[in-house]
Amino acid sequence: MTGPKMIFIVLAAAILVFSVLAITSRQILRAAIYLLFVMVAMAGLYYMMNFQFLAAVQLILYAGGIVVLIIFSILLTSQINSRLALPKGSHLFFGAITAIAGIVLVSKTLVEFTFPATQVAPITTDMRTVGSQLLDTGVHGYALPFEVISILLLAALVGSIFIAQKKKT
Amino acid sequence: MSLEGEIPLDYMIVLSTIVFFIGLMGVLIRRNLITMLIGVELMLNSVNINFAAFNHYLFPNRLEGHFFALIVMAIAAAEAAIAIALIINIYRQFATVSVDDVDELKY
Repeated sequence: MTGPKMIFIVLAAAILVFSVLAITSRQILRAAIYLLFVMVAMAGLYYMMNFQFLAAVQLILYAGGIVVLIIFSILLTSQINSRLALPKGSHLFFGAITAIAGIVLVSKTLVEFTFPATQVAPITTDMRTVGSQLLDTGVHGYALPFEVISILLLAALVGSIFIAQKKKT
Repeated sequence: MSLEGEIPLDYMIVLSTIVFFIGLMGVLIRRNLITMLIGVELMLNSVNINFAAFNHYLFPNRLEGHFFALIVMAIAAAEAAIAIALIINIYRQFATVSVDDVDELKY
């Protein structure tokens, strides 16, 4: 058992256990905290794959942004110490059937398929490369998606303010 | 760093498949809008593992999967903001966030 393998097993076990807990916990605030743990473990996976910037964005945006947003909406809309109703038996049954069938089918197909890897020498994934490619307009440049995403975020911001505001009567 | 020898690509994609379907099951079995949103976030996250893993294992000479994952994260943030605005608006109108009780189109 080597170091990276052990870290991967710990992270994968954390992701699986906490994601199951996040969808089965009957206390809604706990479900949000389990989601936070899943996201932190996924940031660890990105660190293992040498994507430091992606891991940092995962921590800032998901753990620091989306989970806090979800917790705020829980505090605004739910009674904290009330427990969620148990899912209906038929929902649970068909949900579990769908999930297990999907996992088996997709995993089988993906494991049997051999993905050809490129033989070109790898590049470094440090912050300098990421930044210069993100704002490059040439080949392998991502300036256009970057600008489109900024417009989308602005539109989402304005839209969510408009939706959540009180209607003047 | 020789991650390829230690952990095959299959481990990563099977892990992300399992998390994706756990999130799907969460959307299917829960009746509360916020917990359904948690399931959707799990699904979006699992797809990001796929992007990063394919980038790292198959095409380490470019950063396309990395940027796809970044863009998915930005869209997920926008989606969560809109969803929570909708949930707050629904709560204001119906005083509940359970999907079974929100069954009128025109209030």
